[in-house]
Amino acid sequence: MRAYLPDYDLRAPKTLADALDLLARDAGVWRAFAGGTDLMVLLELGALAHKNFLSIRHLPELRGIEVAPAEIALGALTTYTDIQRNETIAREFPLLVAAARETGGIAIQNRGTLGGNIVNASPAADTPPALLVYDAELELVSASGTRRVAYREFHTGYKQLNMRPDELLARILLPRATGDLKTYYRKVGTRKAQAISKICFAAGARLGHDGRITDARLGLGSVAPTVLRCTRTEELLRERVPDAATIKEACAMLAQEITPIDDMRSTADYRTRVSANLLSDFLRQVAH
Amino acid sequence: MTDGAVKVELSCTVNGTSQTLRVHPLARLLDVLREDLRLTGTKEGCGEGECGACSVFVDGELVNSCLVPVLQVAGAQVTTIEGVAGEAELSAVQQAFIECGGAQCGICTPGMILAAVNLLAHTPQPTDADIRHGLAGNLCRCTGYMKIFAAVVRACERAGVKA
Amino acid sequence: MQTEETVGKPVPRKEGRSKVTGAARYVDDLSMPGMLHGATVRSPVARGRIRSVTFDDGIPWDEFVVVTAKDIPGENAVALILLDQPYLADDFVNHAEEPILLLAHEDKHLLERARRAVRIEIEPLPAIFTLEDSLAQTEIIWGEDNVFKSYLVDKGNVDEVWPQADLIVEGEYSTGAQEQLYIETNGVIAVANPAEGVTVWGSMQCPYYVHKALLKLFALPPELVRVVQCETGGGFGGKEEYPSMIGGHAALLSLKSGGRPVKIIYDRAEDMAATTKRHPSRTHHRTAVTRDGRLLGMEIEFVVDGGAYATLSAVVLSRGTIHAAGPYNCPNVRIRSRAVATNVPPHGAFRGFGAPQSIFALERHLDKVAQAVGLSPEEFRQRNFIREGETTATGQVIREPVDMAGLVARAFELTDYQAKRERFACENREAGAGRVKRGIGFASFMHGAGFTGSGEDYLKSVVGAEADREGRVRILAASTEIGQGTYTIFAQIASDALKLDYDLFEMAQPDTGNVPDSGPTVASRTCMIVGKLVESAALGLRQTLQTAGLLADEYNVAEWREACQRYIEQYGALKSFSQYKPPPGVRWDDEKYEGDAYGAYAWAVYVAEVSVDTLTYETRVEDFVAVQEVGKVVHPVLAAGQIEGGVAQAIGFTLYENVVWRDGRMVNNGMTNYVIPTSADLPSIRVHFEEQPYQHGPAGGAKGIGELPMDGGAPAILNAIEHATGISFTHVPLMPEALMRGLSENA
Repeated sequence: MRAYLPDYDLRAPKTLADALDLLARDAGVWRAFAGGTDLMVLLELGALAHKNFLSIRHLPELRGIEVAPAEIALGALTTYTDIQRNETIAREFPLLVAAARETGGIAIQNRGTLGGNIVNASPAADTPPALLVYDAELELVSASGTRRVAYREFHTGYKQLNMRPDELLARILLPRATGDLKTYYRKVGTRKAQAISKICFAAGARLGHDGRITDARLGLGSVAPTVLRCTRTEELLRERVPDAATIKEACAMLAQEITPIDDMRSTADYRTRVSANLLSDFLRQVAH
Repeated sequence: MTDGAVKVELSCTVNGTSQTLRVHPLARLLDVLREDLRLTGTKEGCGEGECGACSVFVDGELVNSCLVPVLQVAGAQVTTIEGVAGEAELSAVQQAFIECGGAQCGICTPGMILAAVNLLAHTPQPTDADIRHGLAGNLCRCTGYMKIFAAVVRACERAGVKA
Repeated sequence: MQTEETVGKPVPRKEGRSKVTGAARYVDDLSMPGMLHGATVRSPVARGRIRSVTFDDGIPWDEFVVVTAKDIPGENAVALILLDQPYLADDFVNHAEEPILLLAHEDKHLLERARRAVRIEIEPLPAIFTLEDSLAQTEIIWGEDNVFKSYLVDKGNVDEVWPQADLIVEGEYSTGAQEQLYIETNGVIAVANPAEGVTVWGSMQCPYYVHKALLKLFALPPELVRVVQCETGGGFGGKEEYPSMIGGHAALLSLKSGGRPVKIIYDRAEDMAATTKRHPSRTHHRTAVTRDGRLLGMEIEFVVDGGAYATLSAVVLSRGTIHAAGPYNCPNVRIRSRAVATNVPPHGAFRGFGAPQSIFALERHLDKVAQAVGLSPEEFRQRNFIREGETTATGQVIREPVDMAGLVARAFELTDYQAKRERFACENREAGAGRVKRGIGFASFMHGAGFTGSGEDYLKSVVGAEADREGRVRILAASTEIGQGTYTIFAQIASDALKLDYDLFEMAQPDTGNVPDSGPTVASRTCMIVGKLVESAALGLRQTLQTAGLLADEYNVAEWREACQRYIEQYGALKSFSQYKPPPGVRWDDEKYEGDAYGAYAWAVYVAEVSVDTLTYETRVEDFVAVQEVGKVVHPVLAAGQIEGGVAQAIGFTLYENVVWRDGRMVNNGMTNYVIPTSADLPSIRVHFEEQPYQHGPAGGAKGIGELPMDGGAPAILNAIEHATGISFTHVPLMPEALMRGLSENA
């Protein structure tokens, strides 16, 4: 343990209202602490910069999965295990299930939360690319009210969020409009389990009767300062038949759209090339 | 404003015994088990949730105790490796680990056994793929896992014996 | 004699129960009254002169025990082979993470805060980080030429063969560092005071190495230093020499504190950044062959990067050198080897000890030679395998039957190698073939058991056996149980020797105050060398009883018990000791590096089947078969466990484990970013033993097996990748990024 524990505080407000009050009163002092699977790692390494945390894990308003006719609402505390056990999600949101299954080991999946994965804002996180493909929206609550933001507008820069210090992420909302979406998910991380992504690739597309793409959605992780919805490449694909020429153009566009870096896990070259390969593989599958 | 926490008092149940602890709220459950309760069967391998050596059950769920702040187990039921064996006899998984050579140096073994118990609780007849997936959060450097897989298979072959 | 033999049977592991219940006590599970926690302040730079040490405000420094080089009572050097590595750097640092100052306090959280409040100012000096720079002498950082040690093996006259050769094939191969990654980090507890001396408890492979080092550090006589091994959570070589360092540090703090126990446990980040790793290597091969594929000459240059201090590099280099020409009969061989210095933390022992590096080069190179000659890899090797009566590179005559061709045949049959070789080649060639390419390859190799050359003769290991009144026998040996099964196989060997029940036998805890020096637990020597001493010591008990007239030639347990009881009543303790003597006819010339390098070799053929994903450039090992001849197999489950574990480490070495260096420090020093295979990554590892009893081995002819499985994986896998992709890769680890580069360069 490289942290000096007495420097830190963790409190468990009794109710959501108490938590929101604290967040509103001492602006920027408190931060939410959910499953701890990211924050405790930083604490152990002596790298947890923020000092005061509110444990929200016990708050019932932030839990549970509600299925409504038009959308499914996942409480921010929904764990990766919860995601894998829900039948509606399994049927309608396979990318999310695939991502949850490949996040950490079982013990991490039991503890880590979807909300935490989003707010932690790692560009290498595994579930956000899937959420981007499903056009997720986020519900943020504060003492002054509730607001909804499109997930694709949530990450504004490296570890920068469209969220105020007095707000909590309460729910993640997924429109139930995935019926005929052809999906594709691939996490690339050298080993099969317990890996940090070198590239996380989630995609969905719809094909019209004429074989043209009517809807293309590409969510990528580890290729930019934030998880990225690749809208320019999507635009290029719309109303096109996914033939060899289109695939080539799309791959070239994707390579321009992403901005990967060299780091201790991989190289920019590798990330660019593999992203393009995966896009090409996806489009070939869509065509069939 | 706050200048950090003083210790807090909280209660939880560990291996069936209720415990009242005075602890820092952000102390790792791992350290509280090992240092405050002297339950040293739970091991630290990495401190970052990668190796699974510190696996325990909290309210029936497998977790990495290095990633759980103790405040979050207030009121919870915690089970460690010390709580897996019966009064006199070993659990089927423990027995199978001995017979099949599933433990070599033994440092990953307590966590690995808890992961195996968790696997069999959810998947009583696991396939090879189930076993590999179910244990993938627990790293072993000695065995190459083959004898661990064999131990899991042997444990579930013992029909009627509780995992 | 009613007891059944145990050798060859999977008897229960001696310490199995304590390990599955969590009752086994590792050093961090121990606590002592008044205990302090110790921490190490390390160099932030790779090379330089220490200018100042400042203690920042805000820490109650008067509560801390602080130790610097000035506090060392004896010699400030870790006694191993040379005395070049200081316990604490005094005015000069030679690698990042080098220990400079020690702190101890009761509160380990405050200790951590204090560690960060010590500021060390160092005037940096130019440093070198690669063996190429070391050889080029970009800077001289050690001795006169950066060379720790060099060897020359010279058989026949290789200079004469080049003109006669039909073909000359050259190649260069390299390997990276590898972290041992035992799951229990290094840790010790020490108590030291002027009156009673020094005692260290810890996680370690070699208690007598630590003992020897502490004698020098504290300038004490042997009886005032005691070293006790606790349950040890894996070593793989990583706890061969390093415990002497951390043990010395804890003892220095204890002495300065006035004798309070001091515990030092490294966290994972410190253990990975500061302790030893496998030596990176580079090997150049130049090989002369005839058109029909006979080896005429091999010239091999083998270099390992030893890091900043000599530590064990000379012996790692020795083993790598001797194994560099493999199990082949070649009349002319010259091997030049060097271990060189760089400004990285010293590299050290890791399973295989130099041999995996040189064998990787050889077994990759021989596929290249085979291709040049136009033969299949197996046909080429079969024309050159060594046989009984032929000589190795050091001129050692193989005196036991060896059947490498038989091992190849067995391994091929188990993997359906020939059919797959053809089928994969065909499928991979097909236009529009799937995105996954498949391949199969193999490596054939040997590994010598025990210390090299005259090493065992020099060690003169001793083992004791002691019986009590109930006839129970305790084996007194310094060989440690680190997961490989020492306690169990020693009990088997002794119980079979005496024809008594296995449960009557137990191992004394390795404690230099109580057990003789049976040498280090390394070099695949525990079963073959020390096991033989266990057998003789056990037999010595029986001989003593029989000489005293208390035991007949034939006896049962009750008679044994009674004899023990009567002997102890009459004479006091019943003990027997046995000391190593080299088998007759063994000859070794240390000057010429010539002769019988090892008492016995294990022989092996490993086959790997791989799939290469051309979208992600990731390789998976789909199947792995390990066939080896290791003499008598003492415990089939433990032996197979050794092979499987070693193969898993070899797969990690080949495809997953990449130490990322920046300015001489490992930057991916955590389990998240240094990736070892999980249960989801490994293929089924299928292990088969052939048994050719070794006449001087224990239990009817056992040899060593611990290191062997580390040797063959890397070349077998890269040979399979070449089969899958058509590209000959020459470096491990072969990460997907490098595989991508290789594929695009050859596209």
